[in-house]
Amino acid sequence: MSEVRLQSVRKVYPGGVEAVKGVSLEIADGQFCVLVGPSGCGKSTLLRMVAGLETISGGTCSIGDREVNEVEPADRDIAMVFQNYALYPHMSVYDNMAYGLRNRGTPKDEIDRRVREAARILEVEPFLERKPRALSGGQRQRVAMGRAIVRKPKVFLFDEPLSNLDAKLRIQMRVEIKKLQRALATTSIYVTHDQLEAMTLADQLVVMNKGQVEQAGAPITLYERPMTIFVAGFIGAPPMNLLDMPATGVPGLSLATPVAGPVTLGVRPEHLELSAEAGALAIDLTVTAVEAVGAESYIYGALGGQGPEIIVRIPGRDLPAIGTSLRAVARSENLHFFSRETGIRLN
Amino acid sequence: MVQRRRLLDFLPHLILMIGVAIVAFPVYVAFIASTWDAATISNGSMPLRPGPHFAENYYRTIFIGTSSSTREPVGTMMLNSLIMALTIAIGKIAISLISAFAVVYFRFPFRMTAFWIIFVTLMLPVEVRIFPTYKIVADLNMLDTFAGLTIPLIASATATLLFRQFFMTVPDELVEASKIDGAGPMKFFFDTLLPLSITSVAAMFVIQFIYGWNQYLWPLLITTKDNMQTIVIAIKKMIVTQDALTEWQLAMATAILAMLPPVFVVVVMQRLFVKGLVETEK
Repeated sequence: MSEVRLQSVRKVYPGGVEAVKGVSLEIADGQFCVLVGPSGCGKSTLLRMVAGLETISGGTCSIGDREVNEVEPADRDIAMVFQNYALYPHMSVYDNMAYGLRNRGTPKDEIDRRVREAARILEVEPFLERKPRALSGGQRQRVAMGRAIVRKPKVFLFDEPLSNLDAKLRIQMRVEIKKLQRALATTSIYVTHDQLEAMTLADQLVVMNKGQVEQAGAPITLYERPMTIFVAGFIGAPPMNLLDMPATGVPGLSLATPVAGPVTLGVRPEHLELSAEAGALAIDLTVTAVEAVGAESYIYGALGGQGPEIIVRIPGRDLPAIGTSLRAVARSENLHFFSRETGIRLN
Repeated sequence: MVQRRRLLDFLPHLILMIGVAIVAFPVYVAFIASTWDAATISNGSMPLRPGPHFAENYYRTIFIGTSSSTREPVGTMMLNSLIMALTIAIGKIAISLISAFAVVYFRFPFRMTAFWIIFVTLMLPVEVRIFPTYKIVADLNMLDTFAGLTIPLIASATATLLFRQFFMTVPDELVEASKIDGAGPMKFFFDTLLPLSITSVAAMFVIQFIYGWNQYLWPLLITTKDNMQTIVIAIKKMIVTQDALTEWQLAMATAILAMLPPVFVVVVMQRLFVKGLVETEK
């Protein structure tokens, strides 16, 4: 079994900066776990601690049944795919994939078998004799993946592997990574700052902020019930509308069941609809900008004429003129309330 | 316009050709002089075409030597020079690679101090520290040995600096990938770092080989036996200023011979050399 268990793992850099502040996580065998968060949130540091490339300042990290805090990266039975691929420039694709196996004294025919199998799966067979610089970005990415899978490790670690690719290739590789991970059923930890990548890949999605886990769970759970303002704002594109509501209420905004006290109200653009009827939430807004992206359109409006910006997603391309006053409503199950002081979910 | 452009094409070529002539003509004269006999040269009317004594002169130079001044065949001296230049070049590169590797990839106490001490030695070439260095070499009984000839010249800050700068451009992920692939520090050094540095090594080899080959002052001090002399010193010694007749044809042949190995190294390594200085292969 190759589950990864982190128990209040901390990373303190010399100089006192605490990059990871006590993270506890359980990643089940074969699970695809995605760490997502803004830059500097400690997600890469956490991954590198699992890899053994950073020392662990506190807490324990175990892979399978073994605590690996003091184990060398090579002996942790992990494989890592780096953002810039980190292929050995002077070695052929074949040697790049075979290198790790050779260092472990794997028999030659076994190496050959595994490399060719990986090359077949990843469709890089025609390039086996080429040097990495003669390959395109996507092909290099495949080779980097190949280098990971030939090892048959317990855990795959991905450090923003797709961020050097163009948008189209990124989507294609995303699907392939997911398929590959399913087929191999290898426990994987994947770091990204792209929330779309995170949503689509993850079995378990972990949102990190400032060195701490904000929320971990199934992507849909995080989308439907974000437990903090941070998660609410981070997951979903365009982002959730977050409105500060003082006790006195906000002009242009009416709630069917008033909420007491200063809170932050969140409602997703896709849960707002243009309607004259009354809903659990009704917002009057003046259109300031419109964006048609094809199948759907986004309306940007100022709450009550000059208040904070609200985004509404509407299907189709039937766009209102700029300056029009509109009413958007939402149902009560789609409203999120957060404490303004702690940022924690209230309902 | 076409006319003008032709002129603009022609001018740089002309300037370059004049430059080449200025550089090459003395070499040509030296070569011509090495193909005539002593009498023709010393009567002051040496023609500017190759003479009939090419084979004879070179044979004498390489295998017999001059009759008076150096008393050793130049062949031996070339070999001495070659051993010295190769040892210096290879030794410098080896030491510099290892020290740059240590400074860049390992965290040890006083790492930067060590680096700065190496750096400061740039200001202390052999000429500056010649007396203490001579004393040490003499005390260690290394006079008239290849060790004495080369070791004091091997310690080198320039090469260390160059390799340090190069190593710092190698992405950290390569080190990390190696770690995960189960390669220890020395395996990383030999399997990844060295192959990547090959162009820098070639550039360094060219520079250091010529540096070693051209050494004059140090070999002059450290060698007393004729059979340990280097070819650069031999040229000087052949040109006698006293009463004896300078055998110019042999001196010139020696000069030509002394030029050949550096030229050979530059020609063979030129492509790698330029690559090593201007681009890095990553």
